[in-house]
Amino acid sequence: MEFTTQHLTALLPLLITGATTIVVMLAIAWRRHHGQTFLLSVAGLNLGLLAIIPALGVTPLEVTPLLRIDDFACYYQALILAATLACITLTHAYLGGASGKGYPGNREELYLLMLLACAGGQVLVSAQHLAGLFIGLELLSVPTYGLIAYAFFNRRSLEAGIKYMVLSAAGSSFLLFGMALLYADAGSLSFAGIGTSLAVGGEAPSQLAQLGVGMMLIGLAFKLSLAPFHLWTPDVYEGAPAPVSAFLATASKVAVFAVLLRLYQLSPAFAEGWLGQLLGLLAILSILVGNLLALLQNNLKRLLGYSSIAHFGYLLVALIASKGLATEAIGVYLFSYVLTSLGAFGVITLMSTPYQGRDTDALFEYRGLFWRRPYLAAVLAVMMLSLAGIPLTGGFIGKFFVIAAGVEAQLWWLLGALILGSAIAVYYYLRVMVSLFLVEPSLQRRDAPQHWAQQTGGLMLLAVAGLTLLLGVYPQPLLALVQQAGF
Amino acid sequence: MILPWLILIPFIGGLLCWQAERFGAVLPRWIALISMTLLFALGLDLWASANFSLAPAPGGAPAWALEFQTPWIERFGISIHLALDGLSVLMVTLTGLLGVLSVICSWKEISKRVGFFHLNLLWILGGVVGVFLAIDLFLFFFFWEMMLVPMYFLIALWGHSGSSGKSRITAATKFFIYTQASGLIMLVAILALVLIHYGQSGVLTFAYADLLQTDLPAGTEYLLMLGFFAAFAVKFPVVPVHSWLPDAHAQAPTAGSVDLAGILLKTAAYGLLRFALPLFPNASAEFAPIAMGLGVFAIVYGALLAFAQTDIKRLVAYSSVSHMGFVLIAIYSGSQMALQGAVVQMIAHGLSAAALFILCGQMYERMHTRDFRALGGLWARMPWLPAISLFFAAAALGLPGTGNFVGEILILLGTFQIKPWIAVLAATGLVFGSVYSLCMIHRAYFGPAKAETAVPGLNARELVMVLGLAVLLILLGVYPQPVLDTSAASMQGVQQWLGGALSQLESAR
Repeated sequence: MEFTTQHLTALLPLLITGATTIVVMLAIAWRRHHGQTFLLSVAGLNLGLLAIIPALGVTPLEVTPLLRIDDFACYYQALILAATLACITLTHAYLGGASGKGYPGNREELYLLMLLACAGGQVLVSAQHLAGLFIGLELLSVPTYGLIAYAFFNRRSLEAGIKYMVLSAAGSSFLLFGMALLYADAGSLSFAGIGTSLAVGGEAPSQLAQLGVGMMLIGLAFKLSLAPFHLWTPDVYEGAPAPVSAFLATASKVAVFAVLLRLYQLSPAFAEGWLGQLLGLLAILSILVGNLLALLQNNLKRLLGYSSIAHFGYLLVALIASKGLATEAIGVYLFSYVLTSLGAFGVITLMSTPYQGRDTDALFEYRGLFWRRPYLAAVLAVMMLSLAGIPLTGGFIGKFFVIAAGVEAQLWWLLGALILGSAIAVYYYLRVMVSLFLVEPSLQRRDAPQHWAQQTGGLMLLAVAGLTLLLGVYPQPLLALVQQAGF
Repeated sequence: MILPWLILIPFIGGLLCWQAERFGAVLPRWIALISMTLLFALGLDLWASANFSLAPAPGGAPAWALEFQTPWIERFGISIHLALDGLSVLMVTLTGLLGVLSVICSWKEISKRVGFFHLNLLWILGGVVGVFLAIDLFLFFFFWEMMLVPMYFLIALWGHSGSSGKSRITAATKFFIYTQASGLIMLVAILALVLIHYGQSGVLTFAYADLLQTDLPAGTEYLLMLGFFAAFAVKFPVVPVHSWLPDAHAQAPTAGSVDLAGILLKTAAYGLLRFALPLFPNASAEFAPIAMGLGVFAIVYGALLAFAQTDIKRLVAYSSVSHMGFVLIAIYSGSQMALQGAVVQMIAHGLSAAALFILCGQMYERMHTRDFRALGGLWARMPWLPAISLFFAAAALGLPGTGNFVGEILILLGTFQIKPWIAVLAATGLVFGSVYSLCMIHRAYFGPAKAETAVPGLNARELVMVLGLAVLLILLGVYPQPVLDTSAASMQGVQQWLGGALSQLESAR
């Protein structure tokens, strides 16, 4: 095939992220400087975000058989780029600005790894071919190993990194084996090709193909940490440095879920027979296991890890609905989820800023925060309400959409699980929220720096909170945007 | 344009209170008082000026005394659609009045974090006014869920530590989970209704007027009605799902109890009258015997449990369960007289329960306990408060001359024409009511005194509050006609919806 300017325009966001990675690498080689690396990364990601606008002009376009840049891909690329940008600003605060205070090791490589993973996510959401999917997924996962273990002076971080590496590799091998089985049956690796060849004759796909799809689902479920493949999640969320946990919860999960959605939409064979039921079971299990185990947590990062399991259970409900509102529902829900997770992890990051060996993640350390840092605590309270799906926040709009998609597809059992899960979830979200307002303990405490709101991380956090509230009261612009972001 | 202001005043006032705290603890109280007085005055003004012969009724588009509409979320055909009829104006005015009272009664009780307290208090009231005005189902649900959060804070942060080892946070969380879970069931029902309407007409909309036209198969209608009923039953509270109420009341600060009993419970009755019955008349007619049975059970059960309480606030909470049972019976009786009685009963109970909770709060400020076992013999030690309590206890048991009597007698008379046995059983509630009310007075104020020292009486602020309520309650008891006139058209619409369906059901048998 021939490359024209159109193709290059469509690929521009991805190309810019790639170029930024190289520039940042060379800059580090030339001169180690924290601020400079940060500025370069931020500039690159902003350029990448801007490049989405010209890319939208040429969509939909197939760029090589591997990638398809359409409005869907652009929307999710923008979401991933924005999430990465937010994580990078948090990282800058977290590692510590001035020399001496903060992270003792080399700070610059964290940006490099995050940019690489971001590029992987961009490939993933544009993939229309199993090979593209695999490349994107590995490009996303491999730098993440390094990111999680970045604070390797801390035993927990190292342990989490190794745990994630082993389990992620296991997930990848399931995925690869499933792809091989699927290829043996369908004779094609492109999503649409698999869809057509499996649908031929109107019969259910063969056992081989179903097995292949099932194994692929397991592989992806590992990355999405759906129950019962969730075991790594709480440990990794707890062990990883706070901004990296934010990245894992947002950009990484969004990318994997978006590719699952595309696969599901382009190859309807995924919903045939027992696979549909398997997905339903995964959804119910994730909702119940995530919420029930979150009840027991006294560590905010672990709690958010379990709650993210439950949230991806809710998203599966919309995925299974698959018709009508489902794609939009997922778009809206992921958007609000990304905002909310960024906000919640952002507060943890700022509370742990600058790096002191251990993150401030025990629940009791947040007691009475409202009376010391009212705005920071208000941000966390809003995020908890948004996670619980209470009106006036973006989470409500997302939950509303998912329930609407479920009602439209008449998935009563899944909706029952969703309602039950939400009722359980209210308990632990409220527990976090109310502890912010309780009387302060007299114990030695840790706090965000006094001037947190005047730094990039703090400003970003306030913007996220504002956006969450805005989305709750005036969601129409986002809905219009998501409506465009189809296939 | 006045309708959105009714909602915005409390919200803006709340934010101002929060920020005003930095200028001292008194300013937030005044801001809250002024905004609530404004709300009350606007409510009275609307009551005096608008024409309440316009109200929704079966057939044709619903008519309203006042209407406001502006698009909100076009994707789903959701608009900010507010409307006012006789029923809503009464409820909004009651909200304004109780709002003023709850600000005044917290004047001395709340001393910590005054600004944030009033933010929550005013936002609850804003949410409640939103519920009473919204006629877009999404907007209604939005306010319905939204008012939970400030109520949660009110109980969890300013509540009393529990009597029997129960913490206020547990009570607040219980309240939140009950209402949130049942609310989600209602959301599913709302969405199902909207999507069925979409399938029939091709228009995606949450507007009340459009959804009234939906043609529902019998089985579906019943299920959707149950979805709505689930949410309203929890707030009502109907007996099997009532257990959050005594806990919430026992731990809540006085202002929280006043709002909870006075108006939050009324949102459920309002929801049934405004949405559940008109949207699903046939299913409601079929469900009516069950609902009335639940109502009778609530009356007797609430009264019996009230009798067994040792905590005076829990007693009043259970008596609320009993009194709201009358309202439930009236709503499903399909009789115009009973429905009118339900409106009077809602207002009268709002006033009398608010007064009783204010008195409980005043006693707690003086005695630092609400336990009967530690009280007793207060009549001689304390001026004013025992006598006024006796008046409101008498009102709560339905003494003629008070609004409660008018409400209950209208409900019983109206129901007797249709379901005599239900009315007979419900009337036993009046007997039980006298038992627990008088028992409360006896145990708290008579009997041997625990100490001889005099307890300070009520000051002017406290006296004006409770005496004002007493005057209003007597006014409602001797001249309820203005209230009845205002709600007549609305209740007639509801009656036509349910009455038509009931007679259809009767002839089908």
